[in-house]
Amino acid sequence: MSAFQDTFTSALLDPAQPTPNGLIDPNGRVAGKRFDVYRNNVVHSLIDAMGDAFPAVKKIVGEDFFDAMAGVYVRAHPPKTPMMMFYGQDFPAFLRGFGPAQSLPYLPDVAALELARRDCYHAADADPADAMILTTLAPEALMETRFELVPSAVLFQSENPAHSIWQFNMVEPFQITATHEWVLLTRPEMDVMAHNLDAATYAFLRAIQNNETLAISADAGLAIDPKFDLSTAIGLMMRTQIIHQVKS
Amino acid sequence: MLRWVQLAPTNHTWGFSKCHIIHPNTLPQKAGVGYKAQHLNDILKDPNSIGWIEIHAENYMGDGGRPIAQLKHLREMFPVSCHGVGLSIGSESPLDTDHLARLKKLVDWLEPAMFSEHLAWSTHDTSFLNDLLPVPYTQDVADRVVEHIQQVQETVGRQMLLENPSTYVAFAQSDMSEIDFLTDVATRSGCGLLLDINNVFVSATNQKYSPKEYIDAYPTEHVGEIHLGGHEEDSDEHGDTLLIDSHSRAVVDPVWELYEYTLAKAGARPTLIEWDNDIPEWNVLANEATLADALLARHNQIAAQ
Amino acid sequence: MSNSVKTLTIAAAVATAAASMATTASAANVKCYGVALAGENGCAAGPGTSCAGSSTVDYQGNAWKIVAEGTCATMELPAAADGSMRKGSLEALDRDLPA
Repeated sequence: MSAFQDTFTSALLDPAQPTPNGLIDPNGRVAGKRFDVYRNNVVHSLIDAMGDAFPAVKKIVGEDFFDAMAGVYVRAHPPKTPMMMFYGQDFPAFLRGFGPAQSLPYLPDVAALELARRDCYHAADADPADAMILTTLAPEALMETRFELVPSAVLFQSENPAHSIWQFNMVEPFQITATHEWVLLTRPEMDVMAHNLDAATYAFLRAIQNNETLAISADAGLAIDPKFDLSTAIGLMMRTQIIHQVKS
Repeated sequence: MLRWVQLAPTNHTWGFSKCHIIHPNTLPQKAGVGYKAQHLNDILKDPNSIGWIEIHAENYMGDGGRPIAQLKHLREMFPVSCHGVGLSIGSESPLDTDHLARLKKLVDWLEPAMFSEHLAWSTHDTSFLNDLLPVPYTQDVADRVVEHIQQVQETVGRQMLLENPSTYVAFAQSDMSEIDFLTDVATRSGCGLLLDINNVFVSATNQKYSPKEYIDAYPTEHVGEIHLGGHEEDSDEHGDTLLIDSHSRAVVDPVWELYEYTLAKAGARPTLIEWDNDIPEWNVLANEATLADALLARHNQIAAQ
Repeated sequence: MSNSVKTLTIAAAVATAAASMATTASAANVKCYGVALAGENGCAAGPGTSCAGSSTVDYQGNAWKIVAEGTCATMELPAAADGSMRKGSLEALDRDLPA
């Protein structure tokens, strides 16, 4: 018995296979086109979910190319959970190996950014701490202070200008000059906002997010750039309200 | 084994026209709609046009953000029916306990007025296929479905309704009718039934049986909710009509007639309008709900005579 | 930098950052309405007449013929670190693939 859903699943995803045995129409004939309805539902709905998840990638390559490419993806990587809003985790890796898209080497980074934006959008709600509490701490205590950031604070970096490319496609076209990009995604209310960072601020925030002390995190920023401006970086943390808890 | 209180359809309606701050833990005998986020502002402007809403459980299993904030807001205004689309109750393999835990978490905070799932499978091994796939009607399959429903009801801590499917194929191995299958499962598991009238019409057309005879034989005493929706017409390679349960159009007249026929037999039930593809402007969907409400009112009037 | 100098630097940075905040703190105003994003689960079939499920695109063996017609053709990108240009081109996407 348990072999039946094996056969059914395998035939759903591979149109070269025949209709599984025992599937019939009301006259007892093999249910050919009737079985194809299920094939269509599965593949079409998954391609649609991919389009919803990766609107910028879709716009970059166009609808026909995207749907065909997603058709290859959904058969090779069907969802692992029933939650369509989280489908497509393997898409950046898939794109790196997908022959017909190799002339667009930035595509995997754009897909990874779209996943990061989605993580930010669905992250758990958490109230920001009153960051002014920092001004009440003694300098020695500040050195050792650690932070818990809100779950919606997502750090993203890419060797290609994924964020600029996303903006070009989803907001408005402009002359892209960036190469490597570092971005902080936040969700001040319900919508994702992106803040451009430099490499040093990214390193600083990454250390903060990894529960390092303020002193060690500052060093992480300085190690990238001796001109790293700590007050601007702390100001960004306060302004974007990403501090959930100050642990001193 | 846990037993569940049988649904006792009542005839009273909730006084929703005046007050929108309560969410009674039962669905009113009125029309509701499948909630779509693009309709939120319209619904907030015009809450009296519908009696309740239904949501797809899987869309509210994220950790936070807008979807959950919207649902928390809506549950203060409307009774909510929680309709799962991904539990795969008809699977040959065991239920996904991670997914069951997510469902329990949602039901625990949402406290929905109703909870339902489908007679179908959608997960195989670890792959989720995002469609409601058919099961053969045999005693073995019924046993497995009963076990799965009992596991769901025990985990979530409440009765669930099981929805009849739209089918495009039949199984040579089936040796029970769909009605006998559903009756057996409902009786043994203690679950209720969600009667999707459009699915009845689609399956009856595709499988060439009479939809009215199906309703005549259907165990309506188990029905806690009715679904109505639109379908599309196609044909198979032999030229036979093949209806597709697309939820992309208005309810067609023969389905409205079958709905009235069902009300006459079963009595009034909370009735949902489903529209999931090519989603229209709010007023189009609200009009469908108004029509269902009119038929419910006419039924109640006739029944009172 | 000595530890004590660093301590003072960090304290000064916090003070500067806090001062720049002035009175921008706003009450949490949770807006649940607005544009929803992300794929959703449904319980309905897709278009039954579509052939998406019963045909595959063969991208092995030089068979990929679909031209990308999105913004990749017009979007100008600066050269990558290795000097290669990153403007997508239709020709490149239509090229033969290694079999």
